Amino acid sequence: MSLLTVDELTVTFGGRGRKESRAVDGVSFEVDQGQVVGLVGESGCGKSVTSLALMGLLPDKGVTVGGRAEFDGTDLFTMNPSARRDLRGSKMAMIFQDPLSSLNPVVPIGVQVTEILERHRGMKGEAARKEAAHLLDRVGIPDPTRRLKEYPHQLSGGMRQRALIAMAVACAPSLLIADEPTTALDVTIQAQILELLKELVDQEGTALLMITHDLGVVAGICDQVNVLYAGKAVESAGRRELFAHPTHPYTHGLLGSIPRLDAPRGESLKPIRGSINDRVAWADGCAFAPRCDRYEMGCLTGTPQLAEPRAAGHQVRCVNPVLDDAKAEEVPA
Amino acid sequence: MSLLELDGVKVHFPIKKGVLFDRTVGHVYAVDGVSLKVEAGETYGLVGESGCGKTTLGRSVLRLVDITEGSVVLDGTDLAKLPNEEMRRFRRRLQMVFQDPLGSLNPRQNIESILSEGMVAHGIGKNQEERREKIKAILERVGLPSNALARYPHEFSGGQRQRIGIARALVLEPDVIICDEPVSALDVSIQAQVVNLLEELQEELGLTYLVIAHDLAVVRHISDVIGVMYLGSLVEEAPSDTLYAEPKHPYTKALMSAVPVPDPEVEDRRERILLTGDLPSPANPPTGCRFHTRCPWAQAEKCATERPELKDVGGGHRVACHYTAEIASGELAPTRPTGIEAVTETEDALVKPAEGEAEVPAALLPADSTTKPDAPAVKEKVPAAAETPGDPAADAVAKDQDAATPEASGKGPAGTD
Repeated sequence: MSLLTVDELTVTFGGRGRKESRAVDGVSFEVDQGQVVGLVGESGCGKSVTSLALMGLLPDKGVTVGGRAEFDGTDLFTMNPSARRDLRGSKMAMIFQDPLSSLNPVVPIGVQVTEILERHRGMKGEAARKEAAHLLDRVGIPDPTRRLKEYPHQLSGGMRQRALIAMAVACAPSLLIADEPTTALDVTIQAQILELLKELVDQEGTALLMITHDLGVVAGICDQVNVLYAGKAVESAGRRELFAHPTHPYTHGLLGSIPRLDAPRGESLKPIRGSINDRVAWADGCAFAPRCDRYEMGCLTGTPQLAEPRAAGHQVRCVNPVLDDAKAEEVPA
Repeated sequence: MSLLELDGVKVHFPIKKGVLFDRTVGHVYAVDGVSLKVEAGETYGLVGESGCGKTTLGRSVLRLVDITEGSVVLDGTDLAKLPNEEMRRFRRRLQMVFQDPLGSLNPRQNIESILSEGMVAHGIGKNQEERREKIKAILERVGLPSNALARYPHEFSGGQRQRIGIARALVLEPDVIICDEPVSALDVSIQAQVVNLLEELQEELGLTYLVIAHDLAVVRHISDVIGVMYLGSLVEEAPSDTLYAEPKHPYTKALMSAVPVPDPEVEDRRERILLTGDLPSPANPPTGCRFHTRCPWAQAEKCATERPELKDVGGGHRVACHYTAEIASGELAPTRPTGIEAVTETEDALVKPAEGEAEVPAALLPADSTTKPDAPAVKEKVPAAAETPGDPAADAVAKDQDAATPEASGKGPAGTD
């Protein structure tokens, strides 16, 4: 059985007289022990909201969460709040995108790290401080005992992200949710952080749910990839399969839009036209249809279902998928 | 002659202290001697990580910051010496597209007002009708609906706002457009639209671009020549194909290897050069080669004492490294770890986990830190960099070595900033 099973998760904002907006519209995926699962998509696709819903960090009012999410055999959405608080930060932990605004600016790093140790592992005083120093050392922060006394603004961006990771792994969680962990960082620092995350997964068997917009990051770290568009998964496959045979026109378009460092120069990019604002409701048809080059009449007759038109385990939500690789192979590997 | 020539440009920001006398206690060496040439009709790409001074350099070309030293010559005129009013008039020929499309557009001005402001300032168009016609033509060119004129920035999406920014530069018919991170705030599908637009415009209007970006893949895609900046100076410059095919400077190599490629086959095969630590402070740059504190190939001689010049190695390829040839031939091996051990040096603790405490994986528990042996490769760095006078990181390390936690400084000063 999977560590985390998410089934038809929906998140709706608004309601009570205000216009409803469905940020996540039926997302299902599974995360196994030691596996890295990616949620990829552009802004507004619902990837961050998914992670907040799983962690239970969405506000109580004005948000409706539907569907089911089972973690280690317990249903996250029906368990009582205090049990969920025990879970959050210990068994499942999260790394946020912006390390500066996720750390408390007026509290030293050490206090923020030991807080978790005190809450979940019952450590106190010197023992907690020692463990905190060890955690910082573990994630590659030099001179941890000094850093413990410092405030977030005294650390560089990469160091802050490391501190956040240290806090997330403080209780050896079985599931780590990383929401754009490297977006705010420079590429050389990004490479360091990604290596660190890989190492954590390899050595601790931590399951990692990686949320990112960067297909390059996905290609490097994820085992299983889910591509989201407008709140629904449009394609889901193992990373090799996905990158070798992008089958949904959106995935295909995304890969065509990215300038590759190793591609021959002079080829112009093939962008996806329009923007995420040009979409139809999933209930009426494919949300991507207005931007799609392969649009046909069938696209707007009801929600397209996930199918496996190419290979087993490679799910695609499209009535007119890209099945010939000719186009995909214009960019040599 | 090149259209735009920068020669030894330096931009130093004073650090002030004190209430009454405003003493200058030091400088931030944001740009510290950059020379480059941009040919007419070409695109020059400037890459580097945050804090390397690329944005400041771009702004200094427009004199939005004061140039401390050096010259910026556009078409035979040295902009650094122009009086302010003449410089203002000169800016018609030099325009800028900013990074944050929303932040650089006044939310209370409509698009017509935003776009005509520059035209009024430079006396383009006899009256508003004439200007409006021109604006309409440009808006159409950049792919915005003509009803955009009466609308406000918040009504547009990110990609459209960036188009407005480009239109604002274009209405003045500039020779050179400086694009500061033109696509970094946009989603990838939109990014490609804007990149293509910039390329089309260049082809049609014969524009010259100075593109400043941190994304190496984007820069390589649109540039003819690329300059790589590190801590205020250029470390390497080459035609973009050459730079990708054979990066010579260790920093460029590391940067290239860190850029993720959306292809698992490539990702699995390639070798990463991971750098230790973060960028040193530009207020207190390392002596000698700016990169020697993080360079995997740093040598005991020269690197810490002598600042390398940009030297031509043939084919318009310029490199600022003392050991270019030796590194290329493989004669010099990296003196520092470049793999995962560069990121975390607690392998010993991981391989030999501490005993006891069952419910938590041992690797996350405090290995007795006082007995933790340092990796030998790491030990070497400490003396090398501690020689650096005035390096605050080095000082800090020295202090810590006196203190009770000598092993904590094992990572070397490169990582402490």
